[in-house]
Amino acid sequence: MFGLDRKDASLLIVVAALTLLAPFILNPFPEGSSLAQFNAGYPDLMQRFVIFGIFAIGFNILFGLTGYLSFGHAAFLGVGSYSAVWMFKLLSMNVIPAIILAVIVSGLFAVVIGYVSLRRSGIYFSILTLAFAQMSFALAYSVLTPITNGETGLQITLNDPRILGVSQTAQGGIPVTNIFGLEMRSTYQLDVGPWLFQFNAGYYLCAAIMLVAFYVAIRIFRSPFGLTLRAVKSNQQRLNYTGMNAKPYTLAAFVISGMYAGLAGGLMASMDPLAGAERMQWTASGEVVLMTILGGAGTLIGPILGAGFIKYFENIFSKINDNVLHGWFSFLPDGLENFIVGILHPFIGKGWHLTLGILFMLVVIFLPGGLVEGGQRIARWMKRGKASKSSQNTNPAE
Amino acid sequence: MDAIILQILNGLDKGSAYALIALGLTLIFGTLGVVNFAHGALFMIGAFCAVTMNRLLTLSHEVLDPTKKDFLGNPLKVKTPYISEWFGPETGAALIDWAVPLSILLTIPVMIGIGFVMERGLIKHFYKRPHADQILVTFGLAIVLQEIIKYFYGANPIPTPAPDAFRGSFDFGVLLGFDANTIIYPYWRLVYFGFAAMIIGAVFAFLQFTTFGMVVRAGMADRETVGLLGINIDRRFTIMFGIAAAVAGLAGAMYAPINSPNYHMGMDFLVLSFVVVVVGGMGSLPGAVAAGFMLGVLESFASMNEIKSLIPGIDQIIIYLVAIIILLTRPRGLMGRKGVMEE
Repeated sequence: MFGLDRKDASLLIVVAALTLLAPFILNPFPEGSSLAQFNAGYPDLMQRFVIFGIFAIGFNILFGLTGYLSFGHAAFLGVGSYSAVWMFKLLSMNVIPAIILAVIVSGLFAVVIGYVSLRRSGIYFSILTLAFAQMSFALAYSVLTPITNGETGLQITLNDPRILGVSQTAQGGIPVTNIFGLEMRSTYQLDVGPWLFQFNAGYYLCAAIMLVAFYVAIRIFRSPFGLTLRAVKSNQQRLNYTGMNAKPYTLAAFVISGMYAGLAGGLMASMDPLAGAERMQWTASGEVVLMTILGGAGTLIGPILGAGFIKYFENIFSKINDNVLHGWFSFLPDGLENFIVGILHPFIGKGWHLTLGILFMLVVIFLPGGLVEGGQRIARWMKRGKASKSSQNTNPAE
Repeated sequence: MDAIILQILNGLDKGSAYALIALGLTLIFGTLGVVNFAHGALFMIGAFCAVTMNRLLTLSHEVLDPTKKDFLGNPLKVKTPYISEWFGPETGAALIDWAVPLSILLTIPVMIGIGFVMERGLIKHFYKRPHADQILVTFGLAIVLQEIIKYFYGANPIPTPAPDAFRGSFDFGVLLGFDANTIIYPYWRLVYFGFAAMIIGAVFAFLQFTTFGMVVRAGMADRETVGLLGINIDRRFTIMFGIAAAVAGLAGAMYAPINSPNYHMGMDFLVLSFVVVVVGGMGSLPGAVAAGFMLGVLESFASMNEIKSLIPGIDQIIIYLVAIIILLTRPRGLMGRKGVMEE
């Protein structure tokens, strides 16, 4: 199907089913129950899942395939956001031109930065990309204020021209982002018994784009181009000796992943039309690295898993507070309850980053393949358990 | 002329901090071959050692003083630091006043301890793994250290004053024969520069003139051969890691009066220090120090109004710009050695 082999096609279908049914899947607990806070099926969070999914998929094309660790990818995200918001200011509130411009501008940006940075590899490459990203961040904050609106961040206002749209709505408000009239924020709510499911137009746009992006990533992974990129990762010198110049390939990978980041930035601005410089800071670049590694670099599904995992727990963990913990452990004797809550206290709420840092370290130390490798290990272990019970077949030595 | 001297002086204190952090980074990189992204966090912990020392010295017990009353008529609580009780009020006040310099006594053992634990507990297992893994695990560690400090000390910057004697500034211009009030320079920054120069000198002397340092230098050049000679090079490298951590910590502790410590100050310095290391040349100690001072001074020159009006925004990006130019024209950095981290 679509030029994919069976395994990839089924992976794509599973991912498609999961994203399209996400409002159901992420909302397993009825409204008003004590577990309702674990629900993630509201539009804002679901949008972030898929947008950061796109960002991580793109980062994975560079890092997972070529092994070049970029520490400045957030710069492309920021550039994408800025160009999208400018499109909303100047042209119209339709998201399509905004997203297209975001991808193009970030792609151009990636060509320039990639051309320079890719002259070095290893840690030097990381530092060069970091330097470029910090430079963009500093410039966006200071000199480029006419374009970026500095610290306040770029926003749409009532007196923007918007040539193809309207400067303000009939009610005198700021128009909202839409796709040919369908507003991004419009949400259809479905009440089923105690459950409330929300179907958001913006989410489904992002989800559709993510599926396309994911499909393209699969094609890249399986193409001769992807194979060349893997060769760069495993042994660039040998690749050079076979008479192949690796540079155009790595540059192409860099630009593609920069465009993915720009796409994510454009979508982010489409969902909420503002852009700020802090999106370009190097901690934001670090976040996408965390997502990709946590999920499993170099695998197809890993980055999406990692993005979803981090964003979900960021939201949920930061919502848990001491009262909630007391609620959970109320069955214990008082002293023990207070003791356990006291121990857990640093890891929840505002301390979520501590949990994330520890988790990340554990993954890097014990599970270099990320969550995907963890899943594979469990699957292998289960299979082995079954196989030893049912069959006596011995595998031929390899 | 006076403006130029002023900018050089202004650059020196930041340059000293860059140089000290970069020195520690290079020590770790040269001995263990590990890229330590947690080094900024060590700098930050050092700064919080100064805060802790300040708090320890001002630990006090409260007595209700029946002779004084507050406006409600209740007896007033009087706080007396233990330290003034033990050593008399004058010595006590002086000790509290000198909390930041005294914190050196606390910083050194704490940082060496942290360095040992880090190296033995974590970094040791990453020698053979790719550099990307080392970056990632130390990056994670940096987040963890940062969050731990945030948990105990809160997210706001904590002002930590310098001793009274060094507060204020002095007229440097008069010494050089300029008019009064042309070159004004805060005392503490001068102290910081002197302190940094002393530490750098001490580290170099230690490496150059002691047997231990000789072995370490030999190990940096060829670890295996030194190991074959029957020297426990791992243990010495662990000690060097502790020293590098202590250097970063001292840089942080003494920097506390210049920049009130907050939990993410390490990250801000780390990015710049990495740039410094790369500009100086990976694995070259003199290169790291020279590049640190050079970039610090360049940064302060770029923030002169005359230059800013010429090229707007240059003060924000000068360091990165210089780094990019140097990396592209001199791939090994200013004083990089051949064969160290070529790829």
